[in-house]
Amino acid sequence: MEDFQLDAKELEILFEPGQAVNVLPKLKLPLGVGAGKPTSLLAQNFLPPVEKYPNKIATVKLGATRSEGGTRGRTVTLGGETSPAFYSFENPTPHKPIVTLDVFDMEVPLSKAVKMHVKDVVGDPAAWAKLAVEKFGADMVTMHLISVDPLLKDASPKEACKTVEKVLQAVDVPLVIGGCGDPVKDTALFEEVCAQFPGERFLISSVTRDMDGEKCAKFIKKAGNAVLAFTPMDLNFARELNRRLFDHLSREDIVMDLTTAALGYGLDYAFTNMERARIGGLMGDMELAQPMSSGTTNAWAAREAWLKMSADFEPRELRGPLWEVTTALTLLTAGVDVFMMMHPAAVKTLKDVTNYLTANKKADPTKFLEWVKVKA
Amino acid sequence: MADDKKGGLKELSPITIYKNLPKTNCKECGQDNCMAFAAKLVNRELELDACKPLQKPEYAKQYAALKELLKPAVKEVIIGVGEKAKKIGGKLVMYRHELTYKNPTAIAIDVTDEMPESEVVARVQKTENFSFEYIGNTLKLDMIAVRCTSDDADKFKACVKKVSETTKLPMILCAMNPQVMEAGIMATPKARPLLYAANSSNWKEMAELAIMYDAPLVASSPNDLDGLMSLAKTLQTYGVKDIVLDPGTFPNEGLQDTINNFTMLRRAATKAGNELAGLPLLGVPMAAWANKGETADDLIKWRESYIASMLVVRYADALILHGNDGWSLLPLAVLRQNIYTDPRKPVAVAPGLKVFGTPDENSPVMFTSNFALTYYTVASDIESSKTNAYLIVVESEGSAIDSGVAGRKLTAERIADAIKTSGVEGKVKHRKIISPGKASRISGEIEELSGWKVLVGPRDSSEIPKYIIDKWQP
Repeated sequence: MEDFQLDAKELEILFEPGQAVNVLPKLKLPLGVGAGKPTSLLAQNFLPPVEKYPNKIATVKLGATRSEGGTRGRTVTLGGETSPAFYSFENPTPHKPIVTLDVFDMEVPLSKAVKMHVKDVVGDPAAWAKLAVEKFGADMVTMHLISVDPLLKDASPKEACKTVEKVLQAVDVPLVIGGCGDPVKDTALFEEVCAQFPGERFLISSVTRDMDGEKCAKFIKKAGNAVLAFTPMDLNFARELNRRLFDHLSREDIVMDLTTAALGYGLDYAFTNMERARIGGLMGDMELAQPMSSGTTNAWAAREAWLKMSADFEPRELRGPLWEVTTALTLLTAGVDVFMMMHPAAVKTLKDVTNYLTANKKADPTKFLEWVKVKA
Repeated sequence: MADDKKGGLKELSPITIYKNLPKTNCKECGQDNCMAFAAKLVNRELELDACKPLQKPEYAKQYAALKELLKPAVKEVIIGVGEKAKKIGGKLVMYRHELTYKNPTAIAIDVTDEMPESEVVARVQKTENFSFEYIGNTLKLDMIAVRCTSDDADKFKACVKKVSETTKLPMILCAMNPQVMEAGIMATPKARPLLYAANSSNWKEMAELAIMYDAPLVASSPNDLDGLMSLAKTLQTYGVKDIVLDPGTFPNEGLQDTINNFTMLRRAATKAGNELAGLPLLGVPMAAWANKGETADDLIKWRESYIASMLVVRYADALILHGNDGWSLLPLAVLRQNIYTDPRKPVAVAPGLKVFGTPDENSPVMFTSNFALTYYTVASDIESSKTNAYLIVVESEGSAIDSGVAGRKLTAERIADAIKTSGVEGKVKHRKIISPGKASRISGEIEELSGWKVLVGPRDSSEIPKYIIDKWQP
């Protein structure tokens, strides 16, 4: 009798409108068994996995126009991200990553594929910078003042500044000022550059852990420039250097270079370091929440970028710049904000892709399946 | 990172695993005890099937429980049969710093049923023979995609037959018409090709074929993730066991949606435990060839290659390409190898003296940096030429030669010190050391500090063997 009552109650619930929904799952009919094979598409929505991040990446502005105290015709802004790179289903990319082209103040070994594009301007930094901006579409120019290297020409900082002056005259984009890698000589060079060209808002490339960080930070701050903090592939070094710089510079003055290794020669380490730094920065690690720069020209250190190989892998004139593109795009997806690059075709592709990734145009699905029948 | 904490790895602890193990400490798995084996399982360093007792019937329940606990966020799907069968998916994590990625992105190159037979054979052979030696790995391509461009079932069948006779590589059969698809499968009914594709109009017929021939099936819903989930759910309910997702690959301005779709699907699978999103992802860089207009072929190959590379980084488990030139495939193949290496692998090798072949007191002495990739490249160039030599690996904090010299990590002091502590002075009569060409600017300093004469060698280590033959005199 009691059993029957229980059954009756359950039946009542079953037939009570509005309650049925709650009861049905209890029947536990395996899908596709009781119901048979579906005869029409089952509905299923996709819930975009949107996350929130407690922090945002610092914003760094480079270059200064006349009204801002400099002489540049345009400025660029880096960083400001509130999501990992190009997660535009979460947040838009606030500032497109930009490209700065390498210009050297003396002859340097260049691969054939690169040399063919710049051979007429090597040795003339102003003409080289003009070519980079006007023909190759550079957003900025990196003036590498390697002639000051005591092991090369040992030129004086004053002589190097003459080159800077010529380049400032030749182009109106913001400049990155590159040193030679010698910590003592670079300190002297950067001090002279900062003293002679205050207000230009250069990116000083670079300050390292073995330089006098306090001294450099002070003269960089005084001239209103920004600094590139360069560390070998170790995030702890990057944190340490940033901590030292934070004592004298604001977050809006610091860009990080975590070291770029070429495709095939450690790109995996560079990629993961940068991806971790970016996610760490967004999650609240203030010591890593700075915009990132990549010395993508390092891609050419890979022999596969320039070596004459068997006919199967030729022409190297295409393989080389594609090596640079592949290195660049890998790091673009890790979160790099500014790329120091070399080959005009690689520069063009990187700029195209950053435009595509920020275009906010909906991909047209109707023609996609045409690939199956394309007569290529 | 919150991203890390949300699951994906399911917060597995060795204890949870240990509880379900036989606890016999039999050591058959090669570990000292079951707890050590549990720790290896959690770190994915060993497979569950390494435990032999667990496969006995009395442990069936524990085995099933462990399988579930260790189930990857992305299902593993096998394409093809036999030795060359390709596993795709099986991913455990979103980011490679969390754990080594499993199952490198499988790359397929296409042929069509309207290509002359000789061209089909030539393309298949070129795909099969693609090979590149890269620091101890042979980079290869993985599959053949056979496309029906004719709409003719007999032609498609003949083409699939020809491909299956030419290669053992797994196939992807591409035809949206189920009758044509069936004709293709009939040419090689037991080969488990990946079927491309079920969509919102042909899904039922395609599902029947997948079930009948026990083949994995692609669910295609271009740039519509609701539609993709609906299709995958329907196919799964219908009884299709192995499903691969195709969210569409769009070149140029479509790249933004493409990258977002792949990223959202993988995050939903690894971080939110969405099992329908947790199916392998197929990218089709070949879509760059559709509507190409007057664009030069080389430019399309370039575009196709960089789209493929971006998708290797952004979660594609398999890719279909048309361009088969070495120059456009090599960067892709190397990138795939890079992305799928163990991220815990050290960036530096131990400094010290390395001996190649059987050097004597007149053999050349060289030095290089301790950056792992520099060292392995130099070592492989010396080894492959069978040169007898000493190589001193100098502590340079994992920097390459040029960046090490520029960044003062590879210094004359360190090099002089390395020469002294290597003991090489007791092994050779001469006092000459070959420097990498990229370290030439510090050769004067090295001579001063070490008392050795520095010979500036080639800028690239591929020229070391020739340099030694032409120039070396003790």
